[in-house]
Amino acid sequence: MAKENGASNLFDDIWDFFSSVKLTVVVLLSLAATSIIGTLVPQNEDPAMYYQAFGEVWYRVFHVLDIFDMYHSWWFQFLLLLLTANVTVCSIDRLSATWKIVFAKTPAFQADRFQRLPRKEEFFSDRSREKLESILRPVVAGSFSYSTVDKTDKNTFIFGEKGRWTRLGVYAVHLSVILLLLGGLIGSIFGFDGFVTIPEGESVGSVQVRNGNTAIPLGFEIRCDDFSVSFYDSGMPKEYRSSLTLLEGGRTVIKKDIIVNDPLRYKGINLFQSSYGVLSPQEITVNFESLESGMNYKKTIKLGEQTDIPEGLGKFVIRDYASRYSFRGQDVGEVFFGVLVQENQAPTEILIPLRFPGFDKMRKGRVAVSVQKYIPRYYTGLQVTKDPGVWVVYSGFILLIVGCFITFFMSHQSVCVQIAGSGNKSKITVSGYSNKNKLGMQQKVAHLSKKLQGVVKDAPALSQSEDPS
Amino acid sequence: MNSSIVLSITTFVYAFSAFWFIAAWVFGKTVFGRLATWTVILGVCGNTLGIVLRWLESYRLGFGHAPLSNLYESLVFFAWTIAVLYLIIEKKYQNQTIGVVAAPLAFLAMAYASLSPHISDKIQPLLPALKSNWLIAHVMTCFVGYAAFAIAFGLSGMYLLKQRQTDDGGSLLSHLPDTGVLDELTHQMVMFGFLFLTVGIITGAVWANSAWGRYWGWDPKETWSLITWFVYATLLHARLMRGWHGKRIAFLSIVGFLAVLFTYFGVNYLPGLHSYGAMGQ
Ligand code: HEM
Repeated sequence: MAKENGASNLFDDIWDFFSSVKLTVVVLLSLAATSIIGTLVPQNEDPAMYYQAFGEVWYRVFHVLDIFDMYHSWWFQFLLLLLTANVTVCSIDRLSATWKIVFAKTPAFQADRFQRLPRKEEFFSDRSREKLESILRPVVAGSFSYSTVDKTDKNTFIFGEKGRWTRLGVYAVHLSVILLLLGGLIGSIFGFDGFVTIPEGESVGSVQVRNGNTAIPLGFEIRCDDFSVSFYDSGMPKEYRSSLTLLEGGRTVIKKDIIVNDPLRYKGINLFQSSYGVLSPQEITVNFESLESGMNYKKTIKLGEQTDIPEGLGKFVIRDYASRYSFRGQDVGEVFFGVLVQENQAPTEILIPLRFPGFDKMRKGRVAVSVQKYIPRYYTGLQVTKDPGVWVVYSGFILLIVGCFITFFMSHQSVCVQIAGSGNKSKITVSGYSNKNKLGMQQKVAHLSKKLQGVVKDAPALSQSEDPS
Repeated sequence: MNSSIVLSITTFVYAFSAFWFIAAWVFGKTVFGRLATWTVILGVCGNTLGIVLRWLESYRLGFGHAPLSNLYESLVFFAWTIAVLYLIIEKKYQNQTIGVVAAPLAFLAMAYASLSPHISDKIQPLLPALKSNWLIAHVMTCFVGYAAFAIAFGLSGMYLLKQRQTDDGGSLLSHLPDTGVLDELTHQMVMFGFLFLTVGIITGAVWANSAWGRYWGWDPKETWSLITWFVYATLLHARLMRGWHGKRIAFLSIVGFLAVLFTYFGVNYLPGLHSYGAMGQ
């Protein structure tokens, strides 16, 4: 581009650089290519693991380039910034021209632009120009939002136009890209992503941030009243459910059950069901079988609570619980550890696997102990997030979809119906163009021409109103 | 009659249609062409029936869900989308040549789904994280997008072949539509696919946000779909630059489809775990 000299020169060069589509292609391809790296090298792992996997030299190189957290690295953020600048400058650069077209009061039509089109549809009629104009004008006006008539000595032109506003679609797309990046930025500055585990019956007031050591106070307390998990017959998990109560200053503000895909949202903070685990159980129903009398005695006790066994068989206490235990190299699942104290004997450690009720009989003591059932005590794992940018991102989503649809499947279309001739012999030429999808426009023009031809044929026959000359 | 049998038969129907398309192309006989089209229609009917039956069967098993929950079901849906898209294009552009690519693709997708030892066709209940309407929308839109890209890929391949044709060139190439039409059709397909991929990525993000509380996590699968999106965005913009019509666009469309394939199959071989449903244990 030729330019005048001066201080504005440098600015113009920079402007041109940032408004060029070539830069877009380069940046988009760079983003695509570099994004691959982060899918090959697992992100945000323990540094020791990387050190082991790559060796010292590569570890250092990768570390300097932030490869281990590349999507948040300075150079990746720089590419995103470049994209934003590019799309902003480019849009501003083109908007004024588009604006003039879209919001022109009276769109300008140039007959010769239509005449230069390579494909036109033609048909003939033995009606006068005036008559044809009066027949065809309403048809054009009916399918185009704007229409006008222009007359010269030999020709009458009916112009029709619609979809001018669709030219703004691509600006919606580009604005949406800016919104997405902006929303992401807002989220990373003002939001957090944390995690917390809460045993049933207990409550917490702050959460641990992921990838960091800070605890963030929430401003309210989360109490987990209950957790339950259900399974399909095949053993696959079916549903995880936490009953939560939110408390502010000791007062209940919300109660809700959350399951995966149905979180609890309060004051901009979202609580998601994320994981769970089993803590030591609370109430345990124990069965004592006396081998002398053959009697069974059931007792419900708590962990660490001592109980007397009938028939003077001694005292028993459950000391501990494990969700998994290996007995002589074999996994026996959930177990309890008990201690049996009998008169004149040293206390005996007793292993009680839940799955094998007859296990303790093998000890061949005077009493065999088994656990019949217990109420498990779970803890729930919640993902706790706050992202004030999410609504910006979601607006971007909507704008992106709507904008793409408009840009891809709608267009600014103009047609021209030229009526040439004098007296009762007229030639009608239909042509048109659109700002995209030329192939589709040709079909539309052919379709319009057929329609007009039909209308002309079906119009009342040359009648009284027609001037016969 | 169960869905597995219907879908196996459908696989063969697609194989036949592919055969007829190729025959029509090689011999230039319209009879074969008509046979081909009718066979595809038959295939689509079988495919649809198979999907519906599978849906009903999942209800009979007591945990009914839309048949879009695993690789097998998504491949079946992929084949269905390709075939339907093909029929729409044939109707709209009155051109059968694309069938030479579309029908074999539909057949391959079905054959791979039924024959690969790594793909189970068992109907299974859903993990808690996968119970979401967003997920159904996500899978459907993604696969419609992938199908459009697959057809664009076929068209681009044809473009590159046709473009090398010399005047005395083989008669096979002369049966292909001319490069202008191929280029235009590729563009149409890419736009169509881009819209659906966009909606697919977005519904996926909304789903992730409702399940995990974040709409984007740079998980390898997510990232690869974004890479694919970048490649096709590049293509759309490259068209605006001078000298970038035709061959380079065809090349980008092929690269784009390779990215699609990687997003679909390759990601499972990457290190690290893909969090797809692997939560809450
Ligand atoms: C991720 C970022 C971007 C996306 C998703 C995007 C999307 C799009 C889409 C979908 C179109 C319509 C293409 C068509 O009609 O075939 C388009 C057109 C366009 N884009 Fe972008 N774009 C992005 C970034 C950019 C940037 C950075 C620039 C800066 C130069 C740019 C400049 C243009 C131009 C000049 C057009 C043509 C507008 C017209 O037809 O009048 N785009 N873009």
